[in-house]
Amino acid sequence: MKKLSFLSALCGAAMGFGAVASANAATTLEAVKAKGFVQCGVSQGLPGFSNADDSGKWTGLDVDLCRAVAAAVFGDAEKVKYSPLSAKQRFTALSSGEIDILSRNTTWTMTRDTQLGLNFAGVNYYDGQGMMVPIALGVKSATELDGANICTNTGTTTELNITDYFRTNGMSFNLVAFEKADEVVAAYDAGRCDVYTTDRSGLAAQRGKLTQPDSHVVLPEIISKEPLGPVVRQGDDQWFNIVRWSLNAMINAEELGISSSNVNMKKFQSKLAPSVARLIGKEGKFGEELGLSNDWAYNIIMQVGNYAESYEKHVGLNTPLKLARGVNSLWSNGGILYAAPIR
Amino acid sequence: MFGRDRSLTSLLNDTFIRGILFQALIAIGLFLSINWLADNTLSNLANQGKTLGFDFLTRTAGFQISPTLGTWMLDYKVGKSTYTDVYLIGIINTFIVALLGILAATVIGFTVGIMRLSDNLVFRWFSSFYVEVVRNVPLLLQLFFWYFAVLRAMPSKREKLELVEGVAGLNITGLYLPAPIVSDGFIYSFLSLIGAIAITFLVRRYALRRQAETGQILPMFWIGLGIIIILPVLVHYLNGSPLDWSLPEFKDTGPKLRQGYQSGAGMVLVPEMLAVWLALSLYTAAFIAEIVRAGILAVNRGQTEAAYALGVRPNVTLRLVVIPQAMRVIIPPLTSQYLNLTKNSSLAVAIAYPELVSVFAGTALNQVGKEVEMIFMMMMVYLTFSLMTAAFMNWFNSRVKLVER
Ligand SMILES: N[C@@H](CCC(=O)N[C@@H](CS)C(=O)NCC(=O)O)C(=O)O
Repeated sequence: MKKLSFLSALCGAAMGFGAVASANAATTLEAVKAKGFVQCGVSQGLPGFSNADDSGKWTGLDVDLCRAVAAAVFGDAEKVKYSPLSAKQRFTALSSGEIDILSRNTTWTMTRDTQLGLNFAGVNYYDGQGMMVPIALGVKSATELDGANICTNTGTTTELNITDYFRTNGMSFNLVAFEKADEVVAAYDAGRCDVYTTDRSGLAAQRGKLTQPDSHVVLPEIISKEPLGPVVRQGDDQWFNIVRWSLNAMINAEELGISSSNVNMKKFQSKLAPSVARLIGKEGKFGEELGLSNDWAYNIIMQVGNYAESYEKHVGLNTPLKLARGVNSLWSNGGILYAAPIR
Repeated sequence: MFGRDRSLTSLLNDTFIRGILFQALIAIGLFLSINWLADNTLSNLANQGKTLGFDFLTRTAGFQISPTLGTWMLDYKVGKSTYTDVYLIGIINTFIVALLGILAATVIGFTVGIMRLSDNLVFRWFSSFYVEVVRNVPLLLQLFFWYFAVLRAMPSKREKLELVEGVAGLNITGLYLPAPIVSDGFIYSFLSLIGAIAITFLVRRYALRRQAETGQILPMFWIGLGIIIILPVLVHYLNGSPLDWSLPEFKDTGPKLRQGYQSGAGMVLVPEMLAVWLALSLYTAAFIAEIVRAGILAVNRGQTEAAYALGVRPNVTLRLVVIPQAMRVIIPPLTSQYLNLTKNSSLAVAIAYPELVSVFAGTALNQVGKEVEMIFMMMMVYLTFSLMTAAFMNWFNSRVKLVER
């Protein structure tokens, strides 16, 4: 009897393998629908972008993107589970299938697109790398930083850019690279480093964690381009499109003047501009073509809001980050935010 | 029908046949699973447009690594050094904290373990306190505690605490020591040191034989020390002292940023390394202390009493009677602690010490994205370290084990 149950266990295991293999072959959309939520990779706490409050609720510009995808897929922006990841862990988590989307202030680079086997679905924040120093150091420009000790995160573009910058300017420096952002801040705060470098948005977000936020300045130099955006695995075009168009829907909504406060009204309005009608699913079958329902974008706007709403709520001038729209304004307002049209 | 069934049952009940059958089934199952895993890995990689391969190892790495033994030994230069260098730097840095950690943990662990059995109340109380506190707090927390405690306690970058005037000092950026600059003839000084150690061993052998024959004891400690110091020093100076020292240099003038210890003069042990070393040693020492205590308690009390009855002094009894017997009990679990320490060193990535997990599985992996290959390479390192430690300890164990007569 014992032996028999062993045999059946073996068969069961073989069948189990088969089941896993077939689940693996399914598309990300099918898998997400089957489990009932989107698994989203976020930071371990970067206020304004992805941050959990005391009750464990995640908010931020990057979090809104995950919520938008959930709204598009399930009609419910709350159907997201979050995986806080360090910069070092994030790509492995995505390639291994642990998460469905990585929305974690991640810079779009060619290496990541090609060698890492990933696809960037767009840009939700145009950024650049900056440096922060204590005012007491008396440094006015990054060109005076020869010999500095610099704190940053491992596994980031930051590590590479800073190396490039110092090499091109013929200056020397010591890099102290931590796995987690909180330790970077703590070490810089303790005086281990003269300089804290990361994306400028990151500097604005992390400043609040310093013991004396006002005794530090961000130097004027922007030493790199950091287009931050959501990432998916290569090889699943449908899922890639869903993420890309969820972001585009938010940007287009802003451009068309549709927001969470007026989208419901528009739905019952009989005379609509065709572009608006297409966006909110009253014309055409754009949602179905994505494998979703036609009110996918309506749900995004209704539950998450358009890009401007999300921006102002999480990182805008009325938040502790106080980031002006700047280059992140719509192209029609002098910025470079430009989403392909829904048509 | 009945008969066939019975013969099948009896066949299955034959231990020999059953053994073969199940081994074959397990082998097939194992083969199928491995095959399935490999196949799945390859097709998943292909799906993402990735291939397997190690050609990334010859590419140059474009990031800075903080100055440590590894970067110094390989003369790491951004834009020149390759990912192979990064790998080796990770290995060296992991190896050095593991080695230093094992040495310190052993010394502290034995001391605390023996103290726990001492007659002195303060010793006993202190060591119990140490063991209970240290082994019950997660290592990662201790790592942070020591790192930030060390950082907060240090003078700032533009100040210093001199340990030896002009020679050694420390501040928040590290512990600064003189760096040896080796020139050509130094190899002879080094060889003579090895020679001196070998000679000491021979003399010790002779001394032991003499003691066995005549009962006279040679002051072996002093003789050994003499040989080991005098011979190399003599060779070294006769050879024209082919070793120079580069002393740390501290500046307190000029632009604020440039003040402090200057890079390129002397050698620096970064605080990240010191904290990892401290945390690993203290943590593992608590476990070793318990192992030592158990080992000593396992030695029959009669052994000590017999030694005392023969008039052997207590510390000699401990050293020559109790510890050698306790070693048999101590060594196997001690080996596991050494292995644990080595593997635990991978937590150091949390506080920016550039060991293997940090530079190779962190920075480098995020650049080249060869997860499968790189994690495999990393596992091989830990496996090799562990097997080496285990092999050494097995050898040591066979040396100290009781010779049965
Ligand atoms: N955009 C850069 C840097 C991203 C990054 O990791 N930044 C840090 C510092 S702002 C961070 O997000 N830390 C938050 C965390 O580790 O949870 C990249 O993609 O490599």
